[in-house]
Amino acid sequence: MANAPDNKLTSSSSELDLDRPNLEDYLPSGSMQEPRGKLRLRDLLDISPTLTEAAGAIVDDSFTRCFKSNPPEPWNWNVYLFPLWCLGVVIRYGILFPTRLETRISVVSNKSTCWFSYVVRNIVLPFTLLHLDISLMMGYLMHLNLICRVLVLTLGWIIFLSSFIPVHFLLKGNDKLRKKLELVTLANKRTSPWLSSIQRCLVELICSFFVASWTGVVKYHGPRPSRRPQQVFVANHTSMIDFIVLEQMTAFAVIMQKHPGWVGLLQSTILESVGCIWFNRTEAKDREIVARKLRDHVQGADNNPLLIFPEGTCVNNHYTVMFKKGAFELGCTVCPIAIKYNKIFVDAFWNSKKQSFTMHLLQLMTSWAVVCDVWYLEPQTLKPGETPIEFAERVRDIISLRAGLKKVPWDGYLKYSRPSPKHREQK
Amino acid sequence: MGTTSSTLTQYDIEEVQEHCNHTFSQQEIASLYQRFCQLDRNGGGFIAADEFLSVPEFAVNPLSQRLLRMLDGLNFKEFVAFLSAFSSRATLQQKIEFIFKVYDSSANGKVTFDDMLNVLRDLTGQFISEKQREEVLTQVLEEAGYNKNSLLVLSDFVKILGNPDLKMEVEVPVD
Repeated sequence: MANAPDNKLTSSSSELDLDRPNLEDYLPSGSMQEPRGKLRLRDLLDISPTLTEAAGAIVDDSFTRCFKSNPPEPWNWNVYLFPLWCLGVVIRYGILFPTRLETRISVVSNKSTCWFSYVVRNIVLPFTLLHLDISLMMGYLMHLNLICRVLVLTLGWIIFLSSFIPVHFLLKGNDKLRKKLELVTLANKRTSPWLSSIQRCLVELICSFFVASWTGVVKYHGPRPSRRPQQVFVANHTSMIDFIVLEQMTAFAVIMQKHPGWVGLLQSTILESVGCIWFNRTEAKDREIVARKLRDHVQGADNNPLLIFPEGTCVNNHYTVMFKKGAFELGCTVCPIAIKYNKIFVDAFWNSKKQSFTMHLLQLMTSWAVVCDVWYLEPQTLKPGETPIEFAERVRDIISLRAGLKKVPWDGYLKYSRPSPKHREQK
Repeated sequence: MGTTSSTLTQYDIEEVQEHCNHTFSQQEIASLYQRFCQLDRNGGGFIAADEFLSVPEFAVNPLSQRLLRMLDGLNFKEFVAFLSAFSSRATLQQKIEFIFKVYDSSANGKVTFDDMLNVLRDLTGQFISEKQREEVLTQVLEEAGYNKNSLLVLSDFVKILGNPDLKMEVEVPVD
């Protein structure tokens, strides 16, 4: 964390030099060059540039903007749904209402009642009943939709678990057997890659079910990732579903924060099988352990390709924050992936401060669709003479350009902690 | 973003506008209110010091501590009044008054040598030593006609800084 904002600071200190009065020139000591200009009291007392910066940060700052989620809009305000809504209005008021009114009138016309009750019974009542019907119907439709999605998801889970659990145990059993006997028979060698590829397919399957449960429309561009050692995939991060969207195409091993609750359970059972690595944001010593695990993983030939989200946190899909250099120090090729969600139907940004993951999933399941584009971009390697930080920035440029995101010079972890005092001194 | 705060009524906006001497338009005040609610996470009606510090751009500013002393416990009306010096409609006098207030930490209307030294230290910190800082300040003060013991008041500041090209403006984003 100390290293991450380095390049931001070097650039900002050079612009601060212009603000700072040239005191060194004016010092009454021996080691002095010619004073560049006369230093007046005015220059010394004029703190307006610094104050302007501070006020600018109070009024609007690029960091908070990264995590701003848009308020949910009423469901009919976009170009696809609005005509549907109009059609609905036409049908309701133009067709349904008159026909109902007509039937009521014909039924009641031969009854002799006073005009007031006539009006109430035949005009006001059907009108309100009509509205009640429609809103009830809409409500039922939405609930039906949700039930369908949950059913799809449950079906997916049933299929998945019924195949995954036996495969998993078979695989584990094989490992144990191997360790016990200390010999690798030809039979074992042959079956285990077959079993692990089944496991991979199953994980991809359950992810596709997940994506289907919230009507995900994902468009993949570019060549599919291939399983090779010495490569790492990096992507920008908007929500936990990034991982699911990517996983349904290729089984990745991901490095992620260990979550509490049912997600943590999922993590330790299913995701373990694809070789995921855990870390804990709050532990300081964790970094070295994780770095070692990462290195070991990329060396292994039959490990799933490793996927890393170098931003370290969820960002609202309009901006990218600074990438952590961990992924870029492993000495292997980095394949960038850019993900961009289309906000037209739903905002996929998971504001982890505002809602838990379960609520977020429910919100996704009750919205119309999740539309996104995934671009697999050209693999990059460290250029000679380039530092990992510069490499990270270069890859961030590529991803931001492809997905149309703006770059912001902040470290994502500032969401969780304050900049340390030495950053202030540096400035 | 603040979910607990209610929306601003027209009456409130006009009151705030009055309080800041019409340096902000009504749209800007509405925008500032959104920003205020965004920063005031616990919904207490004022922005606490650590909520200001959660904005990294603010936290790394060398004068952040001084400004925090001035910003602590302000409600929205006072917050807008605080920022009014940075509006494009603010007069030069208002801007210089603000700068004076930043220097005058004891709020008694007089800026001492130590006040000026403290601000200079915040800005230049580790780049030059304490002794050199004092020497430079003393020298420059004397050249301007003051000495180490003089107490500067607002009119002195106006005289020193009163230059039409003093730029201290911030744009309030209006969506």
